[in-house]
Amino acid sequence: MDFAPHLFLATLEGAITAAVISLTAVGLSLVFGIMRVVNVAHGEFFMLGAVVAWWVASTLGGHAALGFLAALIIAPLFVGLMAALADRLVLERLNYDLERTIVATIGLLYVIQQVALMTFGPDARPVEAPFDLRIAIPWFEFSDTGVNLIWPWGLATTGYKLAVIAAAAIIVTSIIVFLKRSRFGLMMRATQMDSEMASAFGIPVRRVYCVVFGLGAALAALGAVLIVPIQQAHYLMGGDPLLLSFIVVIIGGLGSLPGTILAAVLIGMSDGIISVFFSPTLAKILATLLVALVLIFRPHGLFGHHTS
Amino acid sequence: MTKSLHISVLTSLVLLFFVVSDYHDGNLARIMVLAIYAVGYNLLFGYTGLLSLGHALFFAAGMYGLALPIQHLGVSPIEAFAMGLASAATVSLVIGFLALRTTGAAFMIVTLMFAQAGFLALLYFGQWTRGDEGFVIQQADRIIAGIDFSQSTERYFAAFVLFAVAYLLIAWLISTPFGKCLIAIRENEERAQMLGYDVHRHKLLAMLVSGTLSGASGAAYAFLFGYAGATFASVQYSILPLLWVLLGGAGTTIGPLIGTAFAFYLIDISSHFTTAHLLVVGLAIVLLTLFAPQGLAGEIRNRLISWLP
Amino acid sequence: MNLLSTRKLSMNFGGVQALLDVDFDLPQGQIRALIGPNGAGKSTFVGAVCGRFRPSAGRVYFEDQDISQLPAHRRIGLGMAYSFQITSIFGSLTVYENVALAVRRAVQAQAEEIVERVHMALDRVGLLDRVEQKAGDLSYGHQRLLEIAMGLGQEPRLFIMDEPTQGLAASEITAFIELLRGLAGESTILLIEHNMHVVMECADTLTVLNFGQILAEGVPSEIRADSRVQHAYFGSSIDA
Repeated sequence: MDFAPHLFLATLEGAITAAVISLTAVGLSLVFGIMRVVNVAHGEFFMLGAVVAWWVASTLGGHAALGFLAALIIAPLFVGLMAALADRLVLERLNYDLERTIVATIGLLYVIQQVALMTFGPDARPVEAPFDLRIAIPWFEFSDTGVNLIWPWGLATTGYKLAVIAAAAIIVTSIIVFLKRSRFGLMMRATQMDSEMASAFGIPVRRVYCVVFGLGAALAALGAVLIVPIQQAHYLMGGDPLLLSFIVVIIGGLGSLPGTILAAVLIGMSDGIISVFFSPTLAKILATLLVALVLIFRPHGLFGHHTS
Repeated sequence: MTKSLHISVLTSLVLLFFVVSDYHDGNLARIMVLAIYAVGYNLLFGYTGLLSLGHALFFAAGMYGLALPIQHLGVSPIEAFAMGLASAATVSLVIGFLALRTTGAAFMIVTLMFAQAGFLALLYFGQWTRGDEGFVIQQADRIIAGIDFSQSTERYFAAFVLFAVAYLLIAWLISTPFGKCLIAIRENEERAQMLGYDVHRHKLLAMLVSGTLSGASGAAYAFLFGYAGATFASVQYSILPLLWVLLGGAGTTIGPLIGTAFAFYLIDISSHFTTAHLLVVGLAIVLLTLFAPQGLAGEIRNRLISWLP
Repeated sequence: MNLLSTRKLSMNFGGVQALLDVDFDLPQGQIRALIGPNGAGKSTFVGAVCGRFRPSAGRVYFEDQDISQLPAHRRIGLGMAYSFQITSIFGSLTVYENVALAVRRAVQAQAEEIVERVHMALDRVGLLDRVEQKAGDLSYGHQRLLEIAMGLGQEPRLFIMDEPTQGLAASEITAFIELLRGLAGESTILLIEHNMHVVMECADTLTVLNFGQILAEGVPSEIRADSRVQHAYFGSSIDA
């Protein structure tokens, strides 16, 4: 295959990473923006989403689409509830102290991951895609007779992959609309601006925190359900999305939603492209160093504007 | 009183060798080497109040600073140990210089990211480091002046001497004006600055000492147990010293040793029952942050013996 | 000689002009009170003098040396001390260690001499009987006194105090006035104070800040009679 079609495929893979990462990163960003909690266990909620999706799909049996749709609803709900429980049992008791919650969520990371190892086991397990549609992509070629459409061998994708990108875009858009338009979104923004003031105005701040933490985890789980027909469910799969979400949230400017989404697209695409052409490890080295340097020299993110 | 505490801690470590079985001698040697790591971490976290999530980078800098020259250049163990210390010192100065421009959560994430980049770099240069799989340091390379440090007695006392040096170094350091200033920075950074202390310089020095001790632990581990692998640079090895220090008691001289030993045996015993032995680590961390943020020695100090250093 | 001067000192906090072109001179040996309504820029001004904040423009001189570019700890090293408006001590350290930290940084001396100086500073504020107590366990009033003792331990040539009597009981305020008078001649003092009784009793000269600018300067009786000052405080002058 030529370079250009190859690049096109890499871009497509990058777009899928970007789609999933934008979901997990928006979850992480909401939690940090509103609660001032750095949730290190976020990747484990992602993993839990994939594991639950496998469990739902394999329990239900029947047509693949049925199991997948059930998983799409049950997994985020279950993971969200677990996160809300963790908020009540742990974070609330720590008074949402920034540093202590980081340490506590590190503990949660191990607890969730190891419980998954004990119950789900060490193997990777697949979930079948809801539909199976292979799409060959045409390419154009310049020849003596002008421009011809050709169908290079290997230049293809699945309809499901395209659906993932569309679904993520729809979900992220609806989250933004929800935050802007709904009453609960207003409560969240008020809490973010000044939790004491919000409390004085009768907003149940503690309940808002609980819902936000659940919502953040549910978004990670949703991303996992979408990806699990492409990658398999595995108890250690939480590490990469955690790292990538961190990178995205920091580069986008901590707690800024538009910045986060922009960064998700940028990082997801470049991660996909660098991984295809160079090595995935090198891509991650560059990305982690970029995060560290952004935090040191541009603490408001690459897109954030500086206010001092 | 503190002097007699130090003496009795160190004497008991010597006596323990003759009392317990060979199996536990091996464990204790490992615990003492890892406790050096915890002692180093404690200087930064417990005494200076800086929570790093990237100390595995310094541990690995010491480990590979010793192991790579032995493996590829055929350097003698003593020289290699010096190289391990030098590489840990250099890495901690550079990382400190950069990371200390941030505070709080940003500092935690920056150190985490640098350590992650270091870990990935070890994988990337797998040609020399052999990545996750790691490599063994041959017995022939672990002999200094005719003493074979792969033997359990030699290994135990080498671990003991190194631990004793690290332990006494920190005990002394925190009694000096420099150490008092570190504690002052932990308690109230802005006040320390407004007393005229160069807070940034003090933190950088704390980072240097802390990182170098962590590297010494890594180098000693590779040398005494004959193995270096990328796992020791992973996030998990940045979390472990935090766990040990939290368990034992942050900002206490004895805490790191207690915490390391406690966690070591906790994991050792639980791994007889389940492969998911990290579950114990996770639960311990959550429960500690919730119920005993001062750790074992810290709670003892609060409730029983207020003079505990 | 002026110990401290500022020229055209300005401070802009995200669009809010906290200080505007402040020219200020404080002669050696004076006790100067800095007063003004809330939000007049008093804490911002002393913060810019001792390096806690970096001013947007202007210069700061200490003993005719331009210190505008020096970081806070270097300015303190030149002989300034700053006591915080909100009590700021090292809670888990002993009372002794709190002051010792101040003394050790300020004077290079033998161990015995440091002990002696710590005890002297604590004696002056009346905390000598509490040397071994944990600072965090002290009552609020005693913590404020400890804060002053830390400043005394630094033996500063310029002692900046940000509302030292805030939250003190009446008897403690009387003792504080005594202490301040005892310091006269020893050290130059720049005092932010809301308690007019303390100001009138102790200060040689007053500087009134309003909206980030110097409104008036003079001895207590002059300031008391100044209609602009009355206007700034009460919205109208008393004889209007």
